[in-house]
Amino acid sequence: MKDDEIRAIFLNELVGVAPDIDPKTVSDDDHLQDDLGLDSMDVLNLVSALHKRLDLNIPEADYSQIATLKMAVGYISKHVG
Amino acid sequence: MGLFAMPSLGADMEAGTLVEWLVQPGDTVKRGDIVAVVETQKGAIEIECFEEGTVKELKAELGQKLPVGAPLALIGAEGEAPREAAPPPVAEPPASPPSATAAEPPRAPGRTMPPAPAVAPVTPPGQVAASPAARIRAEELQLDLAEVKGTGPNGVILLGDIERAAPGAKGAPRPAQETAPPKTGSQIEEMRKAIAAAMTRSKQTIPHFYLSQTIDVQPAVDWLARRNADLPPDQRLLLGALFVRAATLAAARVGTSNGHFTDGVFRPADTVNPGIAIALRGGGLVAPALMDAAEMTLDETMAAMRDLVTRARAGRLRGSEMTAGTITVSSLGETGAEGMAGVIFPPQVALVGLGAPQIRPWVVDGAVEPRTVVTLTLSVDHRVSDARQAARYVAEFEDYISAPESL
Repeated sequence: MKDDEIRAIFLNELVGVAPDIDPKTVSDDDHLQDDLGLDSMDVLNLVSALHKRLDLNIPEADYSQIATLKMAVGYISKHVG
Repeated sequence: MGLFAMPSLGADMEAGTLVEWLVQPGDTVKRGDIVAVVETQKGAIEIECFEEGTVKELKAELGQKLPVGAPLALIGAEGEAPREAAPPPVAEPPASPPSATAAEPPRAPGRTMPPAPAVAPVTPPGQVAASPAARIRAEELQLDLAEVKGTGPNGVILLGDIERAAPGAKGAPRPAQETAPPKTGSQIEEMRKAIAAAMTRSKQTIPHFYLSQTIDVQPAVDWLARRNADLPPDQRLLLGALFVRAATLAAARVGTSNGHFTDGVFRPADTVNPGIAIALRGGGLVAPALMDAAEMTLDETMAAMRDLVTRARAGRLRGSEMTAGTITVSSLGETGAEGMAGVIFPPQVALVGLGAPQIRPWVVDGAVEPRTVVTLTLSVDHRVSDARQAARYVAEFEDYISAPESL
């Protein structure tokens, strides 16, 4: 899967969890919790949504590796064939 | 014959605006059915019916701002002779009563809602957050919610947003249009006013005192990590669910922490309905109740919290959830300040404030080691309890959270 595709999917699911976020304003290095204001329930819902969408089970121990858009795209591209 | 009136959805509510009828004359309703949607300072709230029977007459118009207690509808008991030519009660939920609305201005289609499930399905991610009224109107207009800009709290789409987005909607003779369309920021301002009123009243009438204890939650954190490691995201638990579960069980054991203080008397509650303080993205706070949480398992508690948070953010809470809380649990989340002394939500008599977990040097079996600790601060109504009962609550909470497998 191309990075652009992953990026679009991630942003789409992020907005599904937090509808007030304008995907156009999310920059590569915005931290999901510190900058975008997601709480632990939002992060869990995002991980659930990605699980359904990509059949990718991100374990709790890896949450820190998807903390920003850039990191998440890297992580997903590594783990999805 | 029962009168269905504008309910009070909180100590601070004086009036609400009727924005949607979900029933029509002739519909049969059961206890717990959602019959109307009311916009309040805290957003759109789904209003349930508390009796069984047939809707005889709607006494309020859409768009009307009505004081608490104002009549909304007449509901006849089952078997009561229908007045005039009202359609006979239908056993199965009717799609729409035949001809009942033919001569009236266009409204939402009448329909009987199915009984609310114990745990309602979580809004699928990807679905746009919109108030129920907005959702139904968008459906009527065949409008794609994804293309409408929401002006409610968290960008939730409100009825007014749909009306504005509707192609040529100006001419549509819909009573709800009399409602002033909400403006960006005004909903948040209204919610701030509601919070200000409730909290001012609390501090003016409730003599608060506070008891704090820093608790070693390492056993809970370790247990949770082991449990979640092998589970798909949908089945994982959050530490917050363990806190709510421990707070609920402690409340069940310490009756003076759980109930309402009204008319100068404390009335302990039969069930524990913890109000879960939920911060809304974009500002504001609601604390809807998790109904009868003592009877839930830990997994059920987590599922119910997930549902409650989703609905709170989408503006789809129910009236009973706004008033039935018997104690509040307010957690600062996984990062942030280590403690908080909260303001009790009247008419409740206690609030459990939980700081964010911190790693601190802690003495375990005579040796110092780094442990994850959480500071619990119990806010207590001194008219109801003294430090002794409050200390019992704190000790019960600590016992439960120290043995997570018992939750």
